[in-house]
Amino acid sequence: MSAVMITRKATRKWEKLPGKNTFCCDGRVMMARQKGVFYLTLFLIVGTCSLFFAFECPYLAVHLSPAIPVFAVLLFVFVIAMLLRTSFSDPGVLPRALPEEANFIEMEIEAANGNVMAGQRPPPRIRNVQINNQIVKLKYCYTCKIFRPPRASHCSICDNCVDRFDHHCPWVGNCVGKRNYRYFYLFTLSLSLLTIYIFAFNIVHVVLRSVDSGFVNTLKETPGTVLEVLVCFFTIWSVVGLTGFHTYLISLNQTTNEDIKGSWSGKNRVQNPYSHKNIFKNCCEVLCGPTFPSVLDRRGVMLEDSSSPTPSDVSAASTHKGSNPVSQTTKSSAPLIPNEHTPDEAKPSIGAGTQKSTSSPKEEKPPSPTSPNAVAPAVIKESTH
Amino acid sequence: MATEFHNLQELRHSASLANKVFIQRDYTDGTVCKFQTKFPSELDSRIERTLFEDTVKTLNNYYAEAEKIGGQSYLEGCLACLTVYLIFLCIETRYEKVLKKISWYIQEQNEKVYAPRGLLITDPIERGMRVIEISVYEDHGSSGSSSGSSTTSSSGR
Repeated sequence: MSAVMITRKATRKWEKLPGKNTFCCDGRVMMARQKGVFYLTLFLIVGTCSLFFAFECPYLAVHLSPAIPVFAVLLFVFVIAMLLRTSFSDPGVLPRALPEEANFIEMEIEAANGNVMAGQRPPPRIRNVQINNQIVKLKYCYTCKIFRPPRASHCSICDNCVDRFDHHCPWVGNCVGKRNYRYFYLFTLSLSLLTIYIFAFNIVHVVLRSVDSGFVNTLKETPGTVLEVLVCFFTIWSVVGLTGFHTYLISLNQTTNEDIKGSWSGKNRVQNPYSHKNIFKNCCEVLCGPTFPSVLDRRGVMLEDSSSPTPSDVSAASTHKGSNPVSQTTKSSAPLIPNEHTPDEAKPSIGAGTQKSTSSPKEEKPPSPTSPNAVAPAVIKESTH
Repeated sequence: MATEFHNLQELRHSASLANKVFIQRDYTDGTVCKFQTKFPSELDSRIERTLFEDTVKTLNNYYAEAEKIGGQSYLEGCLACLTVYLIFLCIETRYEKVLKKISWYIQEQNEKVYAPRGLLITDPIERGMRVIEISVYEDHGSSGSSSGSSTTSSSGR
């Protein structure tokens, strides 16, 4: 133990993550920046269900069955849980490459390209991989400085590469990717059921009541019904359609992104290499596959030291839940922020581009000339023996 | 031959980081997590090929076990769905359990195999499961320029 005094300000890693996400509850919740439409979704669901419980349920519980509101409550709870789970979880964001990794990849690319004549454009940065006898092209992401894994894509709204990127959904206020796709699907499915359920029982309620008191009087007694029917009517068309579309995608093991781009549409005899050619297997993989962990250590602690760090027994092989010796805060200001549609040929090599890095030097590494902005918070990790 | 380091602590205090080698992912089996077992040329003089390949193959096996789609993953998925995924507040997922095993394995390998040879493996989860980062250390006593940045491409396809 050293007697060096260290004044620490504990910062959690989510505060330094690049990308345009917002974080709540000290890093537990991760969403996109624009959340307005998400609040609208929440309002519509909660509002419509509240009207249903207020106006229809008392009548139906008495005249038909008390199971009706009970089932509605269960369905409502499930819908909200799936919505919150989709919206608040990490969709499968791939952290950006640290400077050493980025340099390593750059050197590999330069070695592979050989000598490019002055004035000539360098070839596009693409790696070819063979997956199940299909050639799949891996594109280089200039923002994240990595070759994107297969099925990953860069979301320009959140400014992150997301694994198995499906789409960015403003209704849930988050990207839909590998980690939250099944919750998104269950959300649309359960919302479809809930909407159809409410719509159906609204009709039943109006019919039953009209028999007793007449149609106009019924509407006067339960004005909420009109509002609910309107909301449900428009919701059914969109949400049920969406559920059907995603059921189709799941059965083929495709993402929305691939479907829109026509990656596996069959032109040039390109087939989907990820499909098991069996609907049941595809569904099982997507819906019942393993739950992937987040590779962003959002709640790990970074410490800022005002004096030299205490030499501690740092082990690089601790669990990812502990704090990380190297921060993941590589900020690069590329000349363009590419989205998934920006063609690679339009971007010159950014090896010479301005690169601001706030990554901290590792504890065991003496100040080296390779990190010019090396005055950065050092990260200390307690030993985990 | 590289200087002998006796443990991780000695590695930290008496060595300086010379280079880093990145073992890339192997996507030939699809999107499952698997790393290339191709031996990088930068490690030629530092570690035996078989030891390196054993480490990577064991890690690949662990990841395959974590991502296996079978009876246990279905059960876990269905049970979780029925409890509205609240069950994950109480129990660990299978993947998390395997990640702990991996972490323990890497620590053990570092202590027994890699640190004595002046190398250190970083857990892939800390690099977004993209690469296995192997840090190459040089003893302060040596010239420190023997294994400088190599420009030769080490991972081909």
